[in-house]
Amino acid sequence: MLTRALKAGVHPDECKFTAGSQIQQFECPERLYVPLQQHLGRKAKPVVKKGEIVKKGQRIGEADGFISANIHAPAGGKVKTIEKVMLPNGVFDDAIVIEVNLESGEVAEPTWPMKPLSELTPDDIRIIAREAGIVGLGGATFPTAVKLTPPDNVKIDTLIINGAECEPYLTADHRLMLERTEGIIEGAELVRRAVGAEKVFIGIEDNKKDAIQKFDELLKNKSGWEVVSLRSIYPQGAEKNLIKVVTGREVPVGGLPFNVNVAIQNVGTVYSIFRAATEGIPLVERVVTVSGDAVSNPGNFVIPFGTPAKLVLERCGALFDEIEKVIFGGPMMGMAIKGYDVPVIKSTSGILCFKRAVREKPKACLNCGKCVEVCTLNIAPTRVVKFIRAGKLEEAKNAGLLNCMECGCCAYICPSRIPLVQWLRYGKFMLRKMEAQK
Amino acid sequence: MAERLIISSSPHVMASDDVPKIMRHVIYALIPAVAGAVYFFGIRALFVILVSSAVAVLTEAIILAVRKKDVNEVFDASALLTGILLALTLPPSVSFGTVAVGAFISIAIGKQVFGGFGQNIFNPALVGRAFLQAAFPVEMTTWIPPRIMQKVDAVSFATPLGGFKFSHIMTSHKALLLGSVGGSLGETSALLILIGGVYLLWRKYLDWRIPVSAMISLVVLSGIMFLVNPSKYPDPIFMLFAGGFMLGVWFMATDPVTSPVHPKAVWIYGAGIGFFVVIIRLFGGMPEGVMYSILLMNAVTPLLERYTRPRMLGEEK
Repeated sequence: MLTRALKAGVHPDECKFTAGSQIQQFECPERLYVPLQQHLGRKAKPVVKKGEIVKKGQRIGEADGFISANIHAPAGGKVKTIEKVMLPNGVFDDAIVIEVNLESGEVAEPTWPMKPLSELTPDDIRIIAREAGIVGLGGATFPTAVKLTPPDNVKIDTLIINGAECEPYLTADHRLMLERTEGIIEGAELVRRAVGAEKVFIGIEDNKKDAIQKFDELLKNKSGWEVVSLRSIYPQGAEKNLIKVVTGREVPVGGLPFNVNVAIQNVGTVYSIFRAATEGIPLVERVVTVSGDAVSNPGNFVIPFGTPAKLVLERCGALFDEIEKVIFGGPMMGMAIKGYDVPVIKSTSGILCFKRAVREKPKACLNCGKCVEVCTLNIAPTRVVKFIRAGKLEEAKNAGLLNCMECGCCAYICPSRIPLVQWLRYGKFMLRKMEAQK
Repeated sequence: MAERLIISSSPHVMASDDVPKIMRHVIYALIPAVAGAVYFFGIRALFVILVSSAVAVLTEAIILAVRKKDVNEVFDASALLTGILLALTLPPSVSFGTVAVGAFISIAIGKQVFGGFGQNIFNPALVGRAFLQAAFPVEMTTWIPPRIMQKVDAVSFATPLGGFKFSHIMTSHKALLLGSVGGSLGETSALLILIGGVYLLWRKYLDWRIPVSAMISLVVLSGIMFLVNPSKYPDPIFMLFAGGFMLGVWFMATDPVTSPVHPKAVWIYGAGIGFFVVIIRLFGGMPEGVMYSILLMNAVTPLLERYTRPRMLGEEK
């Protein structure tokens, strides 16, 4: 098997301490705070009332428009209220609070066709993704049904299953690939059918040799499949990068994968499609890696959405007195949370607790060019940020500001410790504001 | 339970190389050249380096204080590095007063007037040296032989490049490599400079494309001239190892602040240095042209950057 690799990027310490920890089911807490905004796009509309009894898997939030996603009850119980909770990004937003009735084992009837997998049509598969509230679990949480509906004039020839998991610490996808291998393959077959792809690649970084081997064995005689071993480097799992590494194609600036006839899905996403199609369970929980030096019992857990971080961390033996920083997601792109009440949502791939938050005073740029060297999109971050700092937003835009995916390589490598990603975000924000005023 | 968690923008981890660390390692990489200076020109060489460094650091600290900036910035060692580099480009017999003036000019005019660290257009050490060259032309072109070849006539002693230009005397490649020749304190031994350069390459603290493109362009261009007229022009290996070329392209042209970062610009920048060195040495009035070549390419760096923005992923070719 050929090992391919991304040109540019960085290689932080992998710190995948939980790679050997089997996925454990996290016990459902007595109260869940299920936010209506767990995805990219418009917030779901609540469809339950205070005091209403809900079953596990029942839809409690309805997708509002095409780019939005349904929200379901992770457990049966009673709707206590709808109140504002803090999301991982620090914004307060509506969440449905459910008093969980742990005795009730009742599961809501799926709102999508339940048929043998082989009989599902492409439209059935799109309905499943839409109805089951499935979103991209790699981090972007873009509604999957939209990705399964390419424009009519586009022919998708290649499907890429993303098992790169290039963020340090995170091992949720790794464990899923080892423990739910068949489910991932079946789920990927459904996506393949939905988009009409001939060829399926699964890209896995070579720090997960066991997962590569497992897929290789199962897919050896399956036509149209290829396992791609990737030399570990961050951010190889970013959509545009993985497409380039696996197929050599470049998604045009401002374009989407379908522009180069590719569909791409994370392993967790295709597994949740499989689960919805076979068990009738919508997306109500996900695998989360809990790790970091301030956690005494790290591991990988299936955690119901709406579970407050505090409960997760108590269960994992977090050293609360010593924690300085808690991150939702990975250390390169994750968000530092403000308080322990933030609930686990669809984008939560990890919860990491650290005793020391990195704090360094930025110096002047020494123009070393390391950021230019590591940027996989070739944006020349130092140049764009100089424009932003000078208030020249038009120039920043022309230099590629909006193309930036905030992967963090530039700020990671910067010897002057300039918070480049923060500047780039600020630049995007100011640019949007300026363009809105026009 | 801690009441307040620290929040900040991602990424939440950082690579270990920061500015002071990089500066420190560049200074370590100069140890062979400094040791060579002391070996070839005696303990006085060390004092020249010390005076230059001390004045550079002091000037930086005073100006930072006057500008109401954080004086601790001086500990990032970049002023120290400028001081050492300046000293290494000076003739061994230079007076301490001249050294001090040069170090002051390097930091004050070469660096701080532009706004300090990271803002200067020209390599500060070379700005200081250019000033000295203009202000003290005789002192800056008076050379003494290294201690290991004291037999020669010290009055009319010349550097290999001067000897070639004015008297058509060739110096052996071996002498140029080992450093048993006349010249500025840190430039005489190509080998000692290369040891430091390779160390920095290994640590990834210098952009290899700059010395490589400069050396290729110098060797190709002077090689062509040599082939055209071997009796008039020196051979390319002589050109490579003689004078300040090695010190210049490994330690001064690679100064990140004043060199470009866009890949195409980097190649043009390096090649330009090699080109101008050949032009000045072979056709100019002076035997050496490394200083002016680097300053010239420093000057065009912003322009080069402007026209060589790399192609973004997915951007039309």
